[in-house]
Amino acid sequence: MSAGRIGQPLERLEDAALLRGAGRYADDLACSPGTLHAAFLRSPHPHARLLAVDAREALALPGVHAVVTGEDAVRWTSPFVVGVKQPMEHWCLAVDRVRYVGEPVALVVACDRYVAEDALERIRVSYETLPHVVTIEGAIAAEAPLLHEKVGSNVIAERSFRYGEPEAAFAAAAHQVSIDISYPRNSCTPIECGVVMAEYAADDGSYDVLSNFMGPFSLHAVMALALGVPGARLRHRSPRDSGGSFGVKQSLFPYIVAICLAARKAGAPVKWAEDRLEHLAAATSATARCTTLKAAVADNGRIDALDYDQIDECGAYLRAPEPATLYRMHGALTGAYAIPNLSVRNRSVLTNKTPTGLVRGFGGPQVYFALERLMQRIAIELDIDLFEVYRRNFVQSFPYRAAAGALYDSGDYAAAMTLACERGGWSELKARQERARAEGRLYGIGCAAVVEPSISNMGYITTALTAEERARAGPKNGAIATATVNVDPLGAVSVIVASTPAGQGHITVLAQVVAETLGLAPDDIVVNVELDTQKDAWSVAAGNYSSRFAGAVAGAAHLAAKRIRNRIAGCAAQQLGAPAGDMVFADGKIFAQGDPQRTLSFRRVAGVFHWAPAQLPAGETPALRETAFWSAESLAAPDDADHINSSAAYGFVFDLCAVEIERDTGRVRVDRYVSAHDAGRLLNPLLADGQVRGGFAQGLGAALYEEFAYSSDGAFLSGTLVDYLVPTACETPDPVILHMESPSPFTPLGAKGIGEGNNMSTPAAIANAVADALDVRDVRLPLTPQRVLDLIGESEPDAPVGTRQPQPESGANVLAASGSVTIAAAPQTVFAALTDVQSLARIIPGCSQLQRVGADRYRAEVVLGVGPVKARYTAEIALSALQPPHSLCLEGRGESMLGAAHGKGTVRLEAVGEGTRLSYEYHTEITGKIAAVGSRMLEGAARGVIAGIFDRLAALLQAPAPRRVSWWRRWTGRAGEGS
Amino acid sequence: MDRPGGGGVVKPPAFDYVRVDSADEAVELLARYGEDARVLAGGQSLVPMLNMRLAQPRVLIDITRCAGLASISCEGALNVGAAVTQATLEQRRTLQTESPLLACALPYISHFQVRSRGTVCGSIAHAEPSAELPLVLAALNGRVTLRSLKGRRELGADAFLIGMLTTARRADEIVEAVQFPLLAHGERQGFTEFSLRHGDFAVVALAASVTSARIRLAVGGVDDRPRVVEWPMLTGSALDDGLNELAWTLDARDDPHASARQRRQLVRRLGRKLIGGLCT
Amino acid sequence: MKQYAAGEKHLVKFVLNGRPQQGWCEPRMLLSDFLRHELGATGTHVGCEHGVCGACTVRINDEPARACLTFAVQMEGARVDTVEGLHDEMGGLTELQRAFRRHHALQCGFCTPGILMSCTAFLQRTPHPDEKQVREMLSGHLCRCTGYGGIVKAILEVAAGRGEAPHA
Repeated sequence: MSAGRIGQPLERLEDAALLRGAGRYADDLACSPGTLHAAFLRSPHPHARLLAVDAREALALPGVHAVVTGEDAVRWTSPFVVGVKQPMEHWCLAVDRVRYVGEPVALVVACDRYVAEDALERIRVSYETLPHVVTIEGAIAAEAPLLHEKVGSNVIAERSFRYGEPEAAFAAAAHQVSIDISYPRNSCTPIECGVVMAEYAADDGSYDVLSNFMGPFSLHAVMALALGVPGARLRHRSPRDSGGSFGVKQSLFPYIVAICLAARKAGAPVKWAEDRLEHLAAATSATARCTTLKAAVADNGRIDALDYDQIDECGAYLRAPEPATLYRMHGALTGAYAIPNLSVRNRSVLTNKTPTGLVRGFGGPQVYFALERLMQRIAIELDIDLFEVYRRNFVQSFPYRAAAGALYDSGDYAAAMTLACERGGWSELKARQERARAEGRLYGIGCAAVVEPSISNMGYITTALTAEERARAGPKNGAIATATVNVDPLGAVSVIVASTPAGQGHITVLAQVVAETLGLAPDDIVVNVELDTQKDAWSVAAGNYSSRFAGAVAGAAHLAAKRIRNRIAGCAAQQLGAPAGDMVFADGKIFAQGDPQRTLSFRRVAGVFHWAPAQLPAGETPALRETAFWSAESLAAPDDADHINSSAAYGFVFDLCAVEIERDTGRVRVDRYVSAHDAGRLLNPLLADGQVRGGFAQGLGAALYEEFAYSSDGAFLSGTLVDYLVPTACETPDPVILHMESPSPFTPLGAKGIGEGNNMSTPAAIANAVADALDVRDVRLPLTPQRVLDLIGESEPDAPVGTRQPQPESGANVLAASGSVTIAAAPQTVFAALTDVQSLARIIPGCSQLQRVGADRYRAEVVLGVGPVKARYTAEIALSALQPPHSLCLEGRGESMLGAAHGKGTVRLEAVGEGTRLSYEYHTEITGKIAAVGSRMLEGAARGVIAGIFDRLAALLQAPAPRRVSWWRRWTGRAGEGS
Repeated sequence: MDRPGGGGVVKPPAFDYVRVDSADEAVELLARYGEDARVLAGGQSLVPMLNMRLAQPRVLIDITRCAGLASISCEGALNVGAAVTQATLEQRRTLQTESPLLACALPYISHFQVRSRGTVCGSIAHAEPSAELPLVLAALNGRVTLRSLKGRRELGADAFLIGMLTTARRADEIVEAVQFPLLAHGERQGFTEFSLRHGDFAVVALAASVTSARIRLAVGGVDDRPRVVEWPMLTGSALDDGLNELAWTLDARDDPHASARQRRQLVRRLGRKLIGGLCT
Repeated sequence: MKQYAAGEKHLVKFVLNGRPQQGWCEPRMLLSDFLRHELGATGTHVGCEHGVCGACTVRINDEPARACLTFAVQMEGARVDTVEGLHDEMGGLTELQRAFRRHHALQCGFCTPGILMSCTAFLQRTPHPDEKQVREMLSGHLCRCTGYGGIVKAILEVAAGRGEAPHA
């Protein structure tokens, strides 16, 4: 009878459909007849003025219906509202400027996606490149190129906070321990990308959208304002199934506006399915952060104050809800510790990269990577056992008001730590470590203690504003969840929630919750998790993020079900002649406590509300449908001193991680991972474990594999799933999962979130284990073999005499090429060939139509590439610094469908006997698609292309065949092996 | 400047598709279309490039149903036809005795679901510098049979693999088959690879063949093509010196996942382990 | 020799999940698009269109294959099996599917159809795999929700329980 009730590991009701391929994901749903398909044209440049978009050739292609550009955006939409008071303009399509590689510049609407992509190749865009900036240090430098001139600085938001007496605490502290960290860009990359379908109704100017956006959330308002329609005229519908979100699908909202615009311009329904390449390049990223974190520490390891200096790198636009990454954790910045004094400086900076946003764990990984690395440093620097440091600092009694305002609801942090150590085998791991170290192996153990917030206070984001600004804007707070329980005339129960699941098992858990309240079986409950903003009950916090489901949404369903139960109980009580409070609901029956023989069927009593409302007790209303809106009472707006209870519930995670590092390769292998959770009351432990496993796998990815890499040239380099490395089954160990349950007093069912904790704890725990194994202080994520080898720091044997000497480490992202050729012609002849239009045309690979356009300036069509990968570039070639016959500078710049390329270098000529030794040094920049999808081979390809130019020159100037100085040949020749 | 790059591009450009029944038909078409045609076998490298529009051939010649190209024979060497998948070769019962190096290297290629379609010859013709099969072919000094309307020619691996994604195949030729020499008496073979995740392109891959008289070592993933050295039997510090010299001689690449220095390090350390293991 | 001209639609016939099917497509149409949008077999999902994520994995003449790296015209006369064809004799879930549910081996379910198709091919070829073999097979699929543990357990349990290939 208890099977499937709250707390039971009920198998999922969702699975039968999903396992048969009968999911209803956005791209599986039927479109309106005549639906057209969109494809986006995106910027290959990190920063450029957008001079003109010429779509005539694209529009002439049969099947193409419209090309939408920034001009249309200006005509029919407004820039998106910004979370801070700044004159930054962010449109759904680039206007005047592009600010990151992948920024949407135009979109084609065509009869199908194939034709739409054909048309992209026919749009001509004129750019004038601008200086760019891709690092935090670069962005805040005095001479930094400005992304938004009206803003006047790349630091778009800055606030400082102090709580308690931090200065005094630091002055009085026996020790000061500090750490600098940088947290990289990464993402949880759901396997399903975004899908948007939009229709425009010209009669009333409304938009009807279906998408797998995980809102509506407060972003529905942002979209409606951008489209210039009242909220009710932007109907947003979400499908039943979503192929993962992890917050990431928040990034769809600007595209929803763009597709609405496209539908309006094309006069037809338009569908867009985001592809993986554009998802990786241009959807979103976790916010990169640099933090300096300091602690004032007493001799016994007690922390008296923390001082955070945090700088978030938010990409090219501060896109809603940014700068929220800095504030989601704000009330809880003191973590699991009772630290009374706190100072914080927060800055959000803009760079020429993809805008950042929600990624599972939002704001947590950045904070805990600093705080939990610091805890390890405190233990090391004060030489106190780490667990003692934890124990002496843990919050002890609940509810607890943290320095910056978080109200921790419940827990027993020390008990969770003990649970992890005892059941997770701490002493065994310690013994393994000793054994490994005795054998000279690299073995480390790390921990992380994380307070896991859930159910975000919508007001937390306003902490980014000053108290005065907040007063002007009006207070914001709350976390409203919505659920509707309906009983139909035949007594069947259905549930609707304003939450948009992406695999968490909402249907199952809601069925468990409502079934328990109504004395039914979960199978009896029909749960519809589609959401329609025009028809369903919802409010500003609706959607699937901040781990709101278990605490808030399931809680709201419980409240709605209780109301239904009370109403039915009243009716049953009248029939049974017993007090309503005595009614028992079980197995589809209702009876009075103590009198289980006399039963009424649930169906029958519920039917009265529909079939015979006149028979209902006095004051009862007809029909049975209850909608509950719930918001935590503990969530207030930030007070004047900037205290903010940023979340309604706070779970706890204590992780233990043991790693072994291969000395030869730098590979980190997780030997054991233990994760102890206290997420309040568990509604379904099977699903709770699933959330932990998934979060752990993503945390592992962030710790060891995943990073959105950019070159210093601003090129995005992680554009495919062989460049952005998501852990596979071979890289992902099974964690040991432990639970304890301290119910939350603040949520209806005592439940808290559990799905984000490991995204916050695991990167820190693994980093601590690696730092322990290698006895190092500064670790950067992801801990790739390359980084780990650098940390191990063994020196490289010297290059033997006669082989290539080590070149200055170019760094993975700088494409440099140098080399030399010997040419059987005098320097004068070689120089003349390099400056002659005829011979230039012959030595530049794939060159056609070379035209002189000025003094030493040429324009050409050039086909460049390696093997089958080739692209036609429209190139400008310029010669400068001519020192005949000694040296010159040869520069080329071009754009193709595969991206933009720029090469600049110096060529030197030196007479050697009868001939010339030509040496060259080149720096190349390659941005756009080819860099994103081909970064693995970029350097080799660039070298090959440049060497090709001079080999051709040598060949042109006659036999004997070019003798490129080849270390390889010389050496293998000596070794007796030709190659 | 005009013509931007980038965009939502995952659907191939238009092409004519021709399914041929024999190599004769394939070379006829190659003679006609040359550079504008590409041979489609397993498609595991070509189709991603088409989807991303990195390559835009006008004609695809599908050879997967050419019965004459679908066989493996073993006469002096293991002769693998152009339509033979990696999975078929991997499952060959006698492979372990015929070519332990191939048997060892095949499971490293990408994934189960890719080897089932990807062909042996296709991987070699693609000449990806990190790929396992070109490396094995180079290590074993195998040969490639090229065929055009004009006839057949054979090239050794070193003459065939000439650069990144670049081979000596002429535009009118098809890679009809490749030949892997069989394990010789007294020869020992071994393979090792370091990649970031299981199935990823090798950061460094090493294939070795050792006899009592010599060591032959091929290195993939470092330079723009597999590089091979042959040494008299070396052990101890002489082997270390040889590996160090080899590491420094390679034109090691930097990419976002591995530095040139790391690649050299892996050549030295994995090389030591691999050869050490084969010499004991 | 059979030629299909670019820009024109051609009739393609093959056997999908045991039943003859046909549809029209250009030579460049990917099998994944053809299955989903021409034949309405939306159980095969698309996650990367460059052959890495594995969501679109189907079986072609029994062998696992990425539908996104295959052109529909290549399927003329072939046998194609997709997740829609996975069921027991009574139309219920197969053992493998039930094991997936039991071990919570899926969350969003988007990668699941491809994994199921790989597993059926894999277990036919390797009826008694060890965990390492299972994980290596699974490395051809990316799952972002589950951390793979439940998937591994489900496959091992099915393999241990029967020692023969599951229903294909």
